[in-house]
Amino acid sequence: MITFPILSLLTFLPLVGVLFLLCVRGSEESVARNSRATALLTSVFTFVLSLYMFLNFDKSSADFQFVEEFPWLPGFNIKYKMGIDGISVFFVLLSAFLTPICILASWESITKRVKEYMIAFLLLETMMIGMFCALDMVVFYVFFEAVLIPMFIIIGVWGGARRVYASFKFFLYTLLGSVLMLLAILALYRSFGTTDIIALTEAGIPEYMQKWVFIAFFASFAVKVPMWPVHTWLPDAHVEAPTAGSVILAGVLLKMGGYGFLRLSLPILPEASVYFAPMMFALSAIAVIYTSLVALAQEDMKKLIAYSSVAHMGFVTLGIFTFNQQGVEGAMFQMLSHGVVSAALFLCVGVVYDRLHTRDINRYGGLVKNMPRYAAVFMIFAMASVGLPGTAGFVGEFLVLAGTWQASTLMTFFAATGLVLGAAYTLYLYRRVVFGELTKPDVKAMKDINLREIVIFAPLIVLVFWMGIYPSSVLTPMAPSVARVIAPYQEAKAAAAAMAQPAVVDTGGVTSKEQTEKEKEKETSPADETHDAGHGEQE
Amino acid sequence: MKPFEAPELIPAFPEIFLALVTMCLLVFGVTRKKDDSATVAHFSIFALLAVAVVVLRFSAENLTTFNGMFITDAFAVYMKLIVLMGSAVTIFMSSRYAHSQRIARFEYPVLVMFSTLGMMLMISANDLMSLYIAIELQSLPLYVLASLQRDSVRSTEAGLKYFVLGALSSGMLLYGASLVYGYTGVTNYDAIAHVLKDEPEVPLGVLTGMILLLSGLAFKIAAVPFHMWTPDVYEGAPTSVTAFFSIVPKAAGMAMIGRVFMGPFEPMVEDWRQVIVLLSIASMTLGAIGAIAQTNIKRMIAYSSIGHAGYMLMGIAAANQAGIKGIVAYAALYMAASVGTFAVILMMKQKDRMVENIRDLSGLASRQPMVALSMAIMMFSLAGIPPMAGFFGKLFVFQAAIDAGLYMMAMFGVLTSVIAAYYYLRIIKIMYFDAPADEGLDTSTDPRLNFVLTLSTVAVILFIIVPAPLLNVAGAAASALLGG
Repeated sequence: MITFPILSLLTFLPLVGVLFLLCVRGSEESVARNSRATALLTSVFTFVLSLYMFLNFDKSSADFQFVEEFPWLPGFNIKYKMGIDGISVFFVLLSAFLTPICILASWESITKRVKEYMIAFLLLETMMIGMFCALDMVVFYVFFEAVLIPMFIIIGVWGGARRVYASFKFFLYTLLGSVLMLLAILALYRSFGTTDIIALTEAGIPEYMQKWVFIAFFASFAVKVPMWPVHTWLPDAHVEAPTAGSVILAGVLLKMGGYGFLRLSLPILPEASVYFAPMMFALSAIAVIYTSLVALAQEDMKKLIAYSSVAHMGFVTLGIFTFNQQGVEGAMFQMLSHGVVSAALFLCVGVVYDRLHTRDINRYGGLVKNMPRYAAVFMIFAMASVGLPGTAGFVGEFLVLAGTWQASTLMTFFAATGLVLGAAYTLYLYRRVVFGELTKPDVKAMKDINLREIVIFAPLIVLVFWMGIYPSSVLTPMAPSVARVIAPYQEAKAAAAAMAQPAVVDTGGVTSKEQTEKEKEKETSPADETHDAGHGEQE
Repeated sequence: MKPFEAPELIPAFPEIFLALVTMCLLVFGVTRKKDDSATVAHFSIFALLAVAVVVLRFSAENLTTFNGMFITDAFAVYMKLIVLMGSAVTIFMSSRYAHSQRIARFEYPVLVMFSTLGMMLMISANDLMSLYIAIELQSLPLYVLASLQRDSVRSTEAGLKYFVLGALSSGMLLYGASLVYGYTGVTNYDAIAHVLKDEPEVPLGVLTGMILLLSGLAFKIAAVPFHMWTPDVYEGAPTSVTAFFSIVPKAAGMAMIGRVFMGPFEPMVEDWRQVIVLLSIASMTLGAIGAIAQTNIKRMIAYSSIGHAGYMLMGIAAANQAGIKGIVAYAALYMAASVGTFAVILMMKQKDRMVENIRDLSGLASRQPMVALSMAIMMFSLAGIPPMAGFFGKLFVFQAAIDAGLYMMAMFGVLTSVIAAYYYLRIIKIMYFDAPADEGLDTSTDPRLNFVLTLSTVAVILFIIVPAPLLNVAGAAASALLGG
């Protein structure tokens, strides 16, 4: 049992590294060297601490664990509250896992203002972990929006040619979404006098209000995910960001939107979520198919992977709004596997970009001849992105499809079409870059990946196979929490089915208060309850 | 016949003390043959801080004196503290600037002190007559300060412009006050509230008077559409004076508006709320859009300050405890960020010559990383991005507005804050993203500016960790004003 506030420690540990970095002085060369070492050490230490936290995490419980609560804003009922459940624990691990990889990936490619770069990354780590741990909406919001600051700086200072445009677009787009969420949070605070996420889950918000709040949250999370049609900032941001920036953007920042839906929209706004589910389905299906087609036409490697991210995140939103165990678990798994795989793909792009300084697909070709190790690594991640069984990508997509099938056959058809298109653009990319004739002299001169790059890729490869071959190591800890989130939906569905049995249909439905009461009753065995909840008629 | 009774002087002791010290300094300055501006400046800072300490003694009390024309309560005390701190800091920051611009005369701190005295009286005014006198005492030194650089055409133009428009607004204010007096028969705040409470329907004359009064007051805080003077005056006035303009009178003006509208006009809240909502929305919008195209940093800050006046007005429009609390907190946090911003603007020199173009900041991040970092933090705070302190100011006023059901205004508030984020980000972009200009800014050598900048940076960053002191103070101020 952990007796100290481990979540706060995890969150603010990177800040200690920042303080050290601020004190680093000396010649430019030594500052750069020391900054890299300090940042790597801090982030590795944070990762180790997060593993320690995971070992102590009770994987069979649906409750929030390691909960910390301190008074924060006097006069307001707003507390500093942290805690994690089976859903957030994996995102904390993912953030802590990807940050050292990002720092290693920037070891040689970042040569100017190294100290500031490392400070920005450690700040980013603090914001990300804090956001996934927050159990109070205002705390959540503070971290959610604070992420913009380091990311804005990372894109703007170390980015490509159109970095200014991309960074402003990224910042203003996401800010516009988040401020609407702030208003919704304040409206909830006005009505219920609290911003505690757990308390609001049980508050029983009237349906009319739920819809407005859902729209505001949607504005914020949809931009972050990003969902079609508010995804346009993503290709720009990805293309212009430095490699590590793209990695963290695809790996963690996009997950904030999906996590937001799971943590806030679904538990707090059950009726509105059901009401808007068809819209979410439609937008997700469009995202999956449209952005896959767009990806097929890209000439820029990073842009292609960026569009593929939008398509993959379409699966996530699709899975979340099926409200069943398979769908939501699939969405979770898809987020985690996408966090690893797309991060790795951006690193693969970074490897060749570091050597040739172009992302134009046509400038490459035949890399398998002079970079065999690279070709193998790239192959693994490309296959994982396609969703080959045995890799991480397969499990998530399969579960989402299985979950969607229960909700809507049509949507499953669209999503499955997206899978085919996904295979098409990924393999097409791979063929153009790795296969073909090795004719271009500058491509011929490229060296295979070195030890540092192998060290970066090795854990990612292990993870991709681990998650693909033994998915229950991830799915089991999250199952109770997922069951808790979807319990009210299954209850409502079962009740509606039971009501539909008599000849006269009462459209009154179930109010949320009744739902939460029922939820409490059933809390003893939520997992079994929900697995066969599809057969609600048997009551 | 009533025998003459000497008024109780103790509640007004800080003001009386400040007035005496200021006049002593004036006499001292006049009688000295050689230039003694530095001594006067040091004395004035010391005096302002001393008054702040004395003011703090009254924080738990609620006293009126001079036949109810003067009131001191927790709200007055904390707003006065903000004003006094702001004045002291601006004098502290401007010493070297004043020397380099040859405006280092002993009148400079003396004028600032007189204006501060006027603001303190404004905050404590509990009668339309004392309100008017206080406003004039505050404004007249400001007109002179704006044109302190006698040889500069821009500066004298700024002073004249400010004076003419200020006189106009004073006229409106007086006219409004006389209408209110004509229809209610009293000028004391409490008496007006009493009369209006008994009226079944608010007389049209009082309504007109209230609107005119509000127009006059809106001029003082540069709320749209009474903002015309702001960009020109901010640009033309010497930079240290601009710092004073943007930091101090705004807080005092907000306090004054708060007291007038939560006090005598409280019964007609539905009538004035819509006007303030309009002023607020207009100020936020114009502040956000007007600043985008500016190239002069002082002009940009002028528009930014118009926008911030709009956000603070949200707290007034909410007309509840949360609103007043929000305003007190906002004013303090805004001051913290503004002080830092102006410290950087005062550092903007090329070859010992002051520069004001935003472009001149380019590449600051590589030349003076700490200054650039502080400036970036100030900009994020002014833009209201968490975790900087400015976010919480916005959070509190938005919360008050939502609490009062003013969703439309809150909506405008957040949308304009996104627009406004653009020009704050532009400063960061110029400092961090752009290639350094051929000729960078001189390295700042003024220890005072560095000190102030460090202090305000720390304040802006640390508020998120220790919000309790300010929030407790703001809460006490709000309950003192609204008696809750």
